[in-house]
Amino acid sequence: MGHNTQMAEEIRNRQDVILKDWMSYQLAALTLRRDLLKESELRETSRQFLELFAEAFATSADSSSPHWKPVKDNLTEISRSRAVQGFGPSETAMFVFSLKQPLFDLVQQRAGQDGKRLAEMFWDLTILLDKLGLYTTEVYQESRESVILRQQQELMELSTPVVQLWDEVLALPLIGTLDSGRTQVVMESLLQRVVETGARIAIIDITGVPTVDTLVAQHLMKTVAATRLMGADCIISGIRPQIAQTIVHLGVNLNDIITKATLADAFQVALQRMGATISKAAP
Amino acid sequence: MERIPILKMGSYLLVTIQVDMHDRVAMTLQDELTERIVSERAQGVLLDISSVEVVDSFIGRMIGNIASMSRVLDAETVVVGMRPAVAITLVELGLALPNIRTALNVDAGMTLLKSSRKTLANARSPR
Repeated sequence: MGHNTQMAEEIRNRQDVILKDWMSYQLAALTLRRDLLKESELRETSRQFLELFAEAFATSADSSSPHWKPVKDNLTEISRSRAVQGFGPSETAMFVFSLKQPLFDLVQQRAGQDGKRLAEMFWDLTILLDKLGLYTTEVYQESRESVILRQQQELMELSTPVVQLWDEVLALPLIGTLDSGRTQVVMESLLQRVVETGARIAIIDITGVPTVDTLVAQHLMKTVAATRLMGADCIISGIRPQIAQTIVHLGVNLNDIITKATLADAFQVALQRMGATISKAAP
Repeated sequence: MERIPILKMGSYLLVTIQVDMHDRVAMTLQDELTERIVSERAQGVLLDISSVEVVDSFIGRMIGNIASMSRVLDAETVVVGMRPAVAITLVELGLALPNIRTALNVDAGMTLLKSSRKTLANARSPR
């Protein structure tokens, strides 16, 4: 495209002027966060981007071509660091969109009275910069999602401690919701401890589980079944009154699992099973 | 061909699975075990799976079958030495084997067999 190579040459040669205009537009824009970004930093970022942009534009006007990779990498970098600094995705995209104004000014100077040519170049530049601006939003989204994913991982790894209450009696206090991923972790750590301590009874306390729906109940039953296979019995304690109602309403069948309202009651049952009794010492 | 050894311990039989269980081996085990239960008049079977690292639905079913067959022959089965990973797999496969007694190791398993035999004897003793 003849006029594009000409245009590209122009942009390359007049980078300083474009940068100066771009900076003044950016600084005047209402979306600029002076509190988060220093002018010198903005200038350097803009200069770098403009340089890469000019290079890429000289070879192709199609942003999906591999020639635009350096520009996209640069934008990824900018988007990530802006996100870390606390900018919103629109503000980062505006960085790219604000380049339209100085480039349009330049095009207008060059194309002069040629309306058709003017319109064509405007359109090409608009499409190009729109795509690049949207690219920054995509990158922003991705980095946010990876933060969420990492936090989910950390939540799952929040240790599910298995404590030994007595010889051969273990307690597993569950805090938080029980999803399939967490159930896996819980099962593994509980069974591991059963092997280590030779426990015969495991008390699973669900006082800290906010809601018990059919899915959570299923996970609990799986854990109980697996523990049974290892030769230990399970008692579920910490069943709040509302939970009891929910369980019956939902028609959840707890089979023959012993359930108690408090950990204290469950512990008593466990002791009985072991044939132990607690008596007060004579004063 | 591999055979799974069946050892006699008093009035109980001890079966330790240490090789990969595939069809032939499993069928042979079932045959031999049922015959030994009758010939030795065994009162219980201790199935030791502590060397089994990987189970599939076939092995799960086979364990269930062995327990059922033994019960028909009036011998109690106790499965011992199940590894955590194996337990989780069986539960995920939906083979929780609810009617099978289990214990952590051979000692605990023997205690279980002996005590269950006593309760059974008391329950069946004529008035």
